[in-house]
Amino acid sequence: MMFMSDPRLLRALKTLSKIKRVYLVLSSKGGVGKSTIATLIAFYASSRGVPSGLLDLDFVNPSTHVILGLRVEDIKYIEEKGVIPHRIGLLSYFTIVAYTRDLPLALSGENARNALRELLSIVNWDNLELLLIDTPPGISDEQLELIYALRGVIKPLLITTPSRLAWHSVSKLIELLRGAGYEELYLVENMGNGELRYLVEKQGVKYLGYVPYIKQIEDSIGDLNKLLQLNVRANIDELVSKLLV
Amino acid sequence: MVHEWALAESIILYIKQQGYVNIKKLRVCIGVLQSIDKEILNYALRELAEEYGVKLDKVELVDEYPLLKCNVCGFMWSINPSEISDDVREAIHFIPEAIYAYYKCPRCGSLDYSIVKGRGISEISVDVHE
Ligand SMILES: Nc1ncnc2c1ncn2[C@@H]1O[C@H](COP(=O)(O)OP(=O)(O)OP(=O)(O)O)[C@@H](O)[C@H]1O
Ligand SMILES: [Mg+2]
Ligand SMILES: [Zn+2]
Repeated sequence: MMFMSDPRLLRALKTLSKIKRVYLVLSSKGGVGKSTIATLIAFYASSRGVPSGLLDLDFVNPSTHVILGLRVEDIKYIEEKGVIPHRIGLLSYFTIVAYTRDLPLALSGENARNALRELLSIVNWDNLELLLIDTPPGISDEQLELIYALRGVIKPLLITTPSRLAWHSVSKLIELLRGAGYEELYLVENMGNGELRYLVEKQGVKYLGYVPYIKQIEDSIGDLNKLLQLNVRANIDELVSKLLV
Repeated sequence: MVHEWALAESIILYIKQQGYVNIKKLRVCIGVLQSIDKEILNYALRELAEEYGVKLDKVELVDEYPLLKCNVCGFMWSINPSEISDDVREAIHFIPEAIYAYYKCPRCGSLDYSIVKGRGISEISVDVHE
């Protein structure tokens, strides 16, 4: 077994390794739709009867609760041999905003690392088929922590738009992940129409599909019924099916 | 059983990974900021030690008082959790870094300060039987 210098990581690994599929949703580029895609995948999967989880690890800019339409005071955890996430049907959901009341939280790299370890070690996920972990943009302390400490239990799910700048940035992330020993990498093209497939596959990354630009997104955010009726439902459902394989 | 159980499990997993299974004394420093219930932690440590096949004679839980230091003006101060309102104390109990949502440096008002000591569980040491 790999030696860990922090006891908390041992319990984190133990808990996460019980989940069949854990995808770390990553992008070195900001604003490409990590939170939106992670939330839609986890929520759609749960609405299809698959016990799913969504963990928001973007402490500085948490946004998944906004997409799900949850008020801070409605997010309820149960304390039992750790902390049991909030439930929405078959979706288990955990975010730090329940503790910060969504007040501004400015964390240094070291503090973010500590908060990450603490949180990963206390949350109890039971019997999930699928867990999506939303992360902040960039490649810094938090991403490095997750990429290296959780090796072996997570699969990176990269998000990019077809923009040349986003793809340029994500190509470097791909290289970094390869260097860290990740062989299986997955990618979703967001706000595109499939034009990246060739480039992505050329890099040996598994191209899961694309999600087109959603015109009615602003009107649907925060409303679970409207989210279920988005016209990209077929695209997301296909991603869910591929992630469940 | 509350979330102290999870903290205890991390500790037991850790000492077991270090290869200790027959322990005369386990000493754990506990940051007061996190308001950990020592009685419950002690109970959970013992239950889990048994579950993981670790023999554990004595448990010593030592308080470590919080010390915060501002990275801007250098001011150092402490916080007594009993003076924090219940809901904020509870938030800090789960994730000590939640403190950054509620507290600033009392001297210059900056949010850029460090928790130097007394954050949560630190320093785990063991005496083993010969
Ligand atoms: N397929 C899409 N169609 C239209 N708008 C989208 C789509 N995906 C995301 N958006 C919008 O783009 C913006 C950025 O999305 P989101 O916050 O999910 O990105 P992010 O990568 O998580 O950002 P950050 O890097 O800040 O965490 C949001 O306003 C979101 O509503
Ligand atoms: Mg985001
Ligand atoms: Zn100061």
